[in-house]
Amino acid sequence: MSCDEKVDCGRRRLLVATATAGGVAGVVAAVPFVASWMPSERAKSAGAPVEADIGQLSPGEMMTVEWRGKPVWIIRRTTEMLDQLAKLDDLLADPKSDKPMQPEYCKNAHRSIKPEYLVAVGICTHLGCSPTDKFKAGAESGIAVDWPGGFLCPCHGSTFDLAGRVYKSKPAPDNLEVPPHRYVGDAKIVIGEDTKGA
Amino acid sequence: MAAGDLDKFKSDGTRLGSLLEWVDARFPATAMWRRHLSEYYAPKNFNFWYFFGSLALLVLVIQIVTGVFLVMHYKPDASLNASGVPVAFASVEYIMRDVPWGWLIRYLHSTGASAFFIVVYLHMFRGLLYGSYRKPRELIWLVGVVIFLVLMATAFFGYLLPWGQMSYWGAQVIVNLFSAIPFIGPDLSLWLRGDYVIGDATLNRFFSLHYLLPVLILPALVVVHLIALHEVGSNNPDGVDIKKKKDERGIPVDGIPFHPYYTVKDIVGVVGFLFLFAVVVFFMPEGGGYFLEYNNFFPADPLKTPPHIAPVWYFTPFYSLLRAVTHPLFGIDAKFWGVVAMGAGVVIFFFLPWLDRSPVKSIRYRGPIFKTFLAIWVVCFFILGYLGVLAPTPGRTLVSQICTVIYFAFFLTMPIWSKLDKCQPEPERVTAK
Repeated sequence: MSCDEKVDCGRRRLLVATATAGGVAGVVAAVPFVASWMPSERAKSAGAPVEADIGQLSPGEMMTVEWRGKPVWIIRRTTEMLDQLAKLDDLLADPKSDKPMQPEYCKNAHRSIKPEYLVAVGICTHLGCSPTDKFKAGAESGIAVDWPGGFLCPCHGSTFDLAGRVYKSKPAPDNLEVPPHRYVGDAKIVIGEDTKGA
Repeated sequence: MAAGDLDKFKSDGTRLGSLLEWVDARFPATAMWRRHLSEYYAPKNFNFWYFFGSLALLVLVIQIVTGVFLVMHYKPDASLNASGVPVAFASVEYIMRDVPWGWLIRYLHSTGASAFFIVVYLHMFRGLLYGSYRKPRELIWLVGVVIFLVLMATAFFGYLLPWGQMSYWGAQVIVNLFSAIPFIGPDLSLWLRGDYVIGDATLNRFFSLHYLLPVLILPALVVVHLIALHEVGSNNPDGVDIKKKKDERGIPVDGIPFHPYYTVKDIVGVVGFLFLFAVVVFFMPEGGGYFLEYNNFFPADPLKTPPHIAPVWYFTPFYSLLRAVTHPLFGIDAKFWGVVAMGAGVVIFFFLPWLDRSPVKSIRYRGPIFKTFLAIWVVCFFILGYLGVLAPTPGRTLVSQICTVIYFAFFLTMPIWSKLDKCQPEPERVTAK
């Protein structure tokens, strides 16, 4: 903006100043409306921990509990299931669980506190569908003849192994999330809370 | 506009005439009627393809009228009722079963959504055929693409409202698309949902926006679209400017008044359209599972994704673009680039007026490269649309990747081949029998 004799610079400065002040006021006034879209206090408090009774779960089976509105799976893996986990490393995107998709105490080969039980959020890390369990190995699964058993997301075809680790070259970028959890005795898991009390 | 006394109505002495004169002295009623209807000179050679603009307006009216009546019975509430069914889902069932004629109003609205996209896709294709986006109609086209975007947003918001399985998981997938954006993504999708998963907060804000966009924003954009059109005048199947040849009164010799000529022609289109529309509404309201997906007859279950989820047919070409990207790039997940491809698939239409460098507008005078490439592009669009409904397999993904490349190549290489193409000379005047 250049000032020449045709322009009254004092008035123009006043115009720019008032327009700026008005614009700033407009933006500030939008803040409450934009902020009203964030989760309400009620939605936040609904994230309380839940308890799951795993006493009835037999080997090779899974159960689903709801935590923060999401499905959380508890899978009791058999020894065969656990044995084949190590063989899959070359096929997986993040076999060592380097990305922070699990609490520190679950950053291990089986991605769980007790090797037998896997606790994972049953939401695909691609676009949030809930994968389907395909525990049966081989051609019977309808996936591939050398399918070792795991999970298939019906939406975009991502596959996960029985530790919730995602296979390479699939739409999902990350392993399934392992939520914070802790054991209360042998037959009960509290999901959403760990021993640190977080 | 050259308003003034000339545009005002001079009373012929009758009571109605005097009333109109009184109004005209206070509001430009006659002037607007003349400018936009009785003295808006449109090219005399409009063909079949020119039905779809007015039909889009008709469908908008159908959607608003049926929507207003649906809202009188619908409840945007995700909580469970006494029988354990979500209230929103139950209220749609209530409209279908208990509200007198509710089934008709609902089917008109659900069929209208698909009809809207059919009509708008054909309307846009007309623009491609006859170069209606070229200078001086770039702004009409840009506003049109914005209308298309708003229409897509409206349809997406509306699809959540019945709170069925497809509503729920479709919204879950689309909102999670935003989480792919680096840094701000996860917070952005949380902000859009208003909860950690799609829930009551999401349903209510979508309901609010499903009212705001079509009832306020869309009609306003349509008015801008039409004002811009009437400022520069309509294109035609020959793509030649009718304003180059005017008679002694300054009226284009190849122009005819919109009213009554094209109002009458468009009524023929309306009758034909309503005939087909009624066939769907009364005899196949589910449209073979494409207009109303069968999985949406199950109430939303946040713990269970249906074995196969697909968006409604009108989103599937763009959804296929999303799924076609499976390789990470520059250290960012494939998920993000898929979202970019889908967005770019729509946004690229904004650039069309400047990508096309052809000396002629209409396909009638354009060369073989355009005709062939356009035909291939249309085939790819249909294949992408078809694949988007199906579950992905490695073979289908490959086909969709090839089609995605062709889809974008058509636009991105257009500045080169549109200049090279062997065009025929345009005629001086429009050709019409």
